[in-house]
Amino acid sequence: MATRGGFFKFDRNNQQKLGFALLSLVALLTILPIIVILSMLVFKGGSAISWEFISGFPYDGMREGGILPAIIGTFYLTIGTAIFSVPLGVASAIYLSEYAKDSLLTRIIRLAIINLSGIPSVVYGLFGLGLFVLFLKFGTSILSASLTLSIMTLPVIISTSEEALRAVPQSFRTVSISLGATKWQTIRRIVLPEALPGIITGIILGLERAAGETAPILFTGAAFFLPNLPTTFFDATMALPYHLFVISTQIPEMPIRIQFGTALVLITFVLGMNLLATVVRSRARAKRQW
Amino acid sequence: MKATANINEFIITRLIKLSGYSAILFVSLIFFFLIREGVPTLAEVPLDVLFSSRWYPIEDYYGIVPLISGSVIITIGATLIAVPMGVGTAVFISEVAPRWAREILKPLVELLGGLPSVVIGFLGILSFTPAIRVALNLPTGLTALAGSLLLAIVALPTVVSVAEDALDTVPRSYREGAWALGATQWQTIWRVTLPAARSGVLTAVMLGIGRAIGETIIVMMVTGNAPVLANKISSIISPVRTMTATIAAEMGEVANGSVHYHTLFFIGMMLFIISLIVNITASAVVFRSQKRAEKVLS
Amino acid sequence: MVTPAMTDKIKIEGFSLQYQDGTETLRNVNLSIEKNAITVLFGPAGGGKSSLLRSINRLNDPEDIKQIDGHIFLDSEDILSPKVDLINLRRKIGMVFARPVVLPLTIRKNITYGLEVMGEHNKARLDDAVERSLRQAALWEEINHRLDDPAVALSGGQQQRLCIARTLALEPDVIMLDEPTSGLDPISTGKVENSLQELKKQYTIILVPHSVQQAARTADNAAFFLQGELIEFSRGKGIFTAPTVKKTEDYVTGRFG
Repeated sequence: MATRGGFFKFDRNNQQKLGFALLSLVALLTILPIIVILSMLVFKGGSAISWEFISGFPYDGMREGGILPAIIGTFYLTIGTAIFSVPLGVASAIYLSEYAKDSLLTRIIRLAIINLSGIPSVVYGLFGLGLFVLFLKFGTSILSASLTLSIMTLPVIISTSEEALRAVPQSFRTVSISLGATKWQTIRRIVLPEALPGIITGIILGLERAAGETAPILFTGAAFFLPNLPTTFFDATMALPYHLFVISTQIPEMPIRIQFGTALVLITFVLGMNLLATVVRSRARAKRQW
Repeated sequence: MKATANINEFIITRLIKLSGYSAILFVSLIFFFLIREGVPTLAEVPLDVLFSSRWYPIEDYYGIVPLISGSVIITIGATLIAVPMGVGTAVFISEVAPRWAREILKPLVELLGGLPSVVIGFLGILSFTPAIRVALNLPTGLTALAGSLLLAIVALPTVVSVAEDALDTVPRSYREGAWALGATQWQTIWRVTLPAARSGVLTAVMLGIGRAIGETIIVMMVTGNAPVLANKISSIISPVRTMTATIAAEMGEVANGSVHYHTLFFIGMMLFIISLIVNITASAVVFRSQKRAEKVLS
Repeated sequence: MVTPAMTDKIKIEGFSLQYQDGTETLRNVNLSIEKNAITVLFGPAGGGKSSLLRSINRLNDPEDIKQIDGHIFLDSEDILSPKVDLINLRRKIGMVFARPVVLPLTIRKNITYGLEVMGEHNKARLDDAVERSLRQAALWEEINHRLDDPAVALSGGQQQRLCIARTLALEPDVIMLDEPTSGLDPISTGKVENSLQELKKQYTIILVPHSVQQAARTADNAAFFLQGELIEFSRGKGIFTAPTVKKTEDYVTGRFG
């Protein structure tokens, strides 16, 4: 009996060891792609990066030269997205955290936000085409693409900002009100400054996603090739993700070096923002005293 | 001075409230424009053509069944890979992994989630699809299989992070109770922790499916884009074309207001409705479990 | 309409309150708060003392209130009237909470906050207010050299006195303190109690003490609350030595609660 019990225990322990080994393997497999992708890009793309590549225009059917217009374009689109989505997203988060009661309307708003975050990116592209490009006649432009990306980014900014606002202790609000401050004064002077690092993190994460998207800008503002930089918000623009898509699928005999270089620049842009968000978050956490 | 302060406060409060409603406005606007541009196709294309298995717009064949089948087969493939791996990884991170491993794994999974899909697609056609072609001895590597595998990578971070959150909310006392009864950690995970977190895990699965079915650029790059009805097991190793890729590939070349244009919007409308169903289901699961937790607590 | 007696700052008449969620109600409270004196509201938890303070400062969210009746007069103005300017009211009636909550600002900014939101930006006047209120709260000597440090760096006792100073800076007529020393050590508690004795010369004080002992030590007048009702009120400390109601006696002699 004792041996049987011992055997049973041994068996269970083995089962657990096997199980844990399997789980570690699965976890390893999950992070394998990101490790492979990053190392491939760094090793193969690193040699393509040069000052000329970053600061030059493409020529010879984009098979030579640099990717400056795409870099600038992605920069413009990111700024444009920020201009529209940040004020709206933060204000919306303030509403949900500071003003909204638990009502049917609030629940509908939350459902709408969840749905916005789930809509396929290409559907955003369709919507941008229908509303901004055609209906409002903004044309295929930085403006149309930025507006489209803004709406796509909105749910990310709203939910992260709301979380940051809610993390500010309720007692600060009560004290501020009891000292004679109005609701808005309380928000502006106490709540917003306290929640700012969290809000900024959310904004960066949202913009990071917008900067890497291809499908929403396909028919709203992205250009295959432009000899000049855009001069107004009503011009179309090249952009890094779309450029990478173009040179890896549409152009025969594209030098692999330029493809890897473009991918590396794009990923540096995006992951650089990610890193920035992490830094803001951890510094704020270290500073927090309540 | 006091009066202007009051007016300021009034205006700002109004603006904030208006912004609060913006999400509803945008969802409605999106739906409205999809209907406006998509529904005319029902009058222009006979239903038996629309739901036929031939997509060849140049000759007025607007059968969307192959596109739906393409989306479905790729999503099923991606889900079959991403769900066990994602849930397994979440269990590993929240229940098994030592602290140092967790601190390496979590940021890497987050990083994976932040990767632009076009980069995954690029590396996919460059090295992944050729590998599939050679390994399985196929005429082309641009297949549903390639799409499924790469979409699994896209869906994984979503599944992991949502499932991990769900596991984190399981009270510690549940686990301690199981250990006290002599269960091993492994048995506790499968018989207590995971079942207790099942609604959250279900949400993770739903959102993962949502990510996969809506992904555009990757499938456009690696699945070969052949609008063939995917109704056999062997379809998984053949080229297919999804609903999303069809819109992305053809929208740039159609005349505004044409039948083709309307049909692409119609497909977009279907995608919108699918994502609506997926997300409402996912959040309904969350709301229900929250209510249950409140009942337990009160 | 009854006008309050000359020496009474606040007069509460037939005041009843019921919250939506059914917690803490007040029933038909009649009470006068004497000017330039410390009026202590004491009794077991849940008796409605905090709700009364919150009502006097109109800090209750209207949506949480199921029913409210009666009048609360400050001088001769009915605080509960919908026409009352809340900002102005809160300026006249300052509130100190049980847990010292310093705002995430510097020490100086914590004190000037209330003035600044009212539009006072004159540096000299703000500096005056800082020094005056810190002196009144017996904190000036301890911290005048580090006014621009974050307020959270202060000790618990200092934080609570800062909260009192912050209220004083607004030069209110009335100061309400809800168990201001519940989290403090005996020495800090002593300092707070001493400064209250000084402050009453200039202000009307309503104190919810954290113990019967503190009530007896500090009270000029005292009111005993039990389950939403005002059981007994006395001018002077008589309530602690010779209570007239059995329930009060049981409580002050420690037989329940």
